[in-house]
Amino acid sequence: MAKITVNGKPQELESATTLARLIALNNIVQPDMVSVQLNEEFVQRERYEDTALKDGDEVDFLYFMGGGRC
Amino acid sequence: MDFTEDQINRYSRHILLQDVGVEGQEKISRGKVLVVGAGGLGAPVAFYLAAAGVGNIGIIDGDVVDLSNLQRQIIHFTPDVGKPKVISAKEKINRLNPDVQVTTYQTLLTAENAPEVIRSYDFVVDGTDNFPVKFLINDACVMQGKPFSHGGILRFDGQTLTYAPGAACYRCLFHAPPPPNAVPTCSQAGVLGAIAGMLGTIQAAEALKYLTGVGELLTNKLLSFNAKTMDFRTIKTKRSDKCPVCGAHPTITQLIDYEQAACDIADRKKH
Ligand SMILES: [Zn+2]
Repeated sequence: MAKITVNGKPQELESATTLARLIALNNIVQPDMVSVQLNEEFVQRERYEDTALKDGDEVDFLYFMGGGRC
Repeated sequence: MDFTEDQINRYSRHILLQDVGVEGQEKISRGKVLVVGAGGLGAPVAFYLAAAGVGNIGIIDGDVVDLSNLQRQIIHFTPDVGKPKVISAKEKINRLNPDVQVTTYQTLLTAENAPEVIRSYDFVVDGTDNFPVKFLINDACVMQGKPFSHGGILRFDGQTLTYAPGAACYRCLFHAPPPPNAVPTCSQAGVLGAIAGMLGTIQAAEALKYLTGVGELLTNKLLSFNAKTMDFRTIKTKRSDKCPVCGAHPTITQLIDYEQAACDIADRKKH
C-alpha cells in the first residue's frame, strides 16, 4: 500500500501503481485536458506509463482552462 | 510626481494603506499595464486598474461587443453592442478616471505584433479565451523577461498564476496547448458570469502588487478555485529545467501562432 495525496486529498493505492493507472483510477476522461505534477514537478505525458508512485507522493492534476476573454 | 488635492482625495484609501502610501500610489500612477482581451477577465481588470489610477493602460482586442457578452463583461453596456470592445472599454475608463491614459489596439495579439505591443508595458494581464494566445503571451513575456498574470475560467472554475523572470512560467506547468477542441471554451461550455469578476480582480490585485512591490506575488504557485464549493487551492510549482521556453535548453526561440480550434473561429465569425 502506498499513501499518496491527489489534488490535496489522501488516496491509498496498491504499491507500484503508475501515473497512467492513477489517471484511469481517478476517472480522468480526457487526459489531454490535464497536466500532471508529481511532487511539484511537471511530468511529461510519455512518462505516465513508467512513473511508479510511492508512499508520500503528491500528485496534482492541473486542468487546462482557456476562458477569459469570451 | 505631485498629486493634486483631488488626486489625494481620489486615492486616499490607497494612500492610507501603510504598505502603499503616497509613494506606492506614485508607482501605480507611473505604471503601465497591458490588458490582453477586453472580455470577461479584461473588463474587471481594466476597471480596477483604472480606478486605482494606473497611469497607462493598454487594451488589445479585435472583437466587437455582442449581446451575449454583457452577462459578465461589465465594462460594456447595452448601447455598446456592435461597438469595438477596445473603444467601449476606453470610453468607460475615461469616465471613471481621467488620470488614466488608454492605448487601444483593435486587433488580435499575434506572433508578429506581440513583441512590439508588449515591450512598452511593465506588466501584462492575460484575459484571453484561447490557448494559442495564452501560450503566445507566455512565450513573448518570458523572452522579454516581462512579468504577467495568467488567468483562465470555465464553467464554475478559475485558475491563475503570476510569472516573473526566474519563476515558473505557464509552459512549465502546461508544456503545449491541448489539441484543438479537447478543452471547451466558455462559448461552448458556458461560464458563471461572476467567476470572471472573481478571477479578474485577483489578476488586477497582482498587477497592483507588482507595481507597488507590496506583498508576495502568485509566482511559483497556481491558484485555482471552484465556485460551487468555494474551495480555493494554491499548488506550489517550480520552474522546470525541461521547460521548452524558460528551461535550460529552450526549444522555443521564436513566437508561434498556433492553429486556432476550428469551431472557435467559426464561432467568432458569427459575431
Ligand atoms: Zn517555463
